[in-house]
Amino acid sequence: MVLLTRKIEFSASHRYDNPNLSPEENRRVFGKCNNPHGHGHNYTLEVTVAGEPSPVTGMVLDLKDLKDLLEREIMQRMDHRNLNVEVPELAGKIPTCENLALVIWNLLEPKIPAGKLHRVRLYESADLFADCYRAAASNGHAPSVKAGNSPSAKAGN
Amino acid sequence: MAAEKNLRGETSELKVALGRRYHFAASHRLHNANLTEAQNQEIYGKCNNPHGHGHNYTMEVLVSGPVDAATGMIANLADLDAFVETKVLNDYDHKSFNDEVPAFREVVPTTENLCIDIFQRLKSFPQATLERIRVAETGNNSFEYAGEHTEDTLP
Repeated sequence: MVLLTRKIEFSASHRYDNPNLSPEENRRVFGKCNNPHGHGHNYTLEVTVAGEPSPVTGMVLDLKDLKDLLEREIMQRMDHRNLNVEVPELAGKIPTCENLALVIWNLLEPKIPAGKLHRVRLYESADLFADCYRAAASNGHAPSVKAGNSPSAKAGN
Repeated sequence: MAAEKNLRGETSELKVALGRRYHFAASHRLHNANLTEAQNQEIYGKCNNPHGHGHNYTMEVLVSGPVDAATGMIANLADLDAFVETKVLNDYDHKSFNDEVPAFREVVPTTENLCIDIFQRLKSFPQATLERIRVAETGNNSFEYAGEHTEDTLP
């Protein structure tokens, strides 16, 4: 098996705020990421696909197909956008690096043209990233999302 | 997330991990007191220089766990940063490993051994599961440790 990674960069803005928490609570939990006017990052996304090289082409998949997929699903959706208001997949979620990596995984996994999506790594800055990948289910991990007082939950829930 | 089979036919599930990079500068000397001077010289070369030398290290900490729906986070970065500061950076940054970090009185402070020591120091992080430590000694070499089964865990 061979792993192939393609990298893209996009810029977007976001704000961390959970309407079910008080303003003080939001500031305590999210710090400066709670700034009402938002802020932005230059994101770097690495998409890794696993597969066997085709005996005919020598490729796991045609890089052009992957590039087109990333352009369609990620760049057009997220580049120079406000993640809170313009990306419906993030509605009701805090647009953290973890949640964005999960959204990207779910957008790409069913559409990888050949091979299999192996890992999504999303850098929010050089020193902070989130990984999404499948791992052996034997380590007793809880589901990847913990239910709770999500922004979309009705007040009082 | 639904479990499914991976390429090796094993059941797998979707995981999310958070990676955070930290920087520290420290000095060390690679020297094993149980070897002769000549053997130390042969094995460690210029890293055996009696007066030591130093590096700007980059340490990558990878933790995993469920994403909390209320915060969108696996762990609050402020908590992770404070934990890493207390458990590792306060002891490591601008220090001499050989002289000032007790774990390296008997153990040669190679970057391999730094990874293992850092993993032991951070594995009790309460908010998430420690997956892996990667330490780059320079831009050209890096080392990873993920506990006893490191080779099975690299994604």
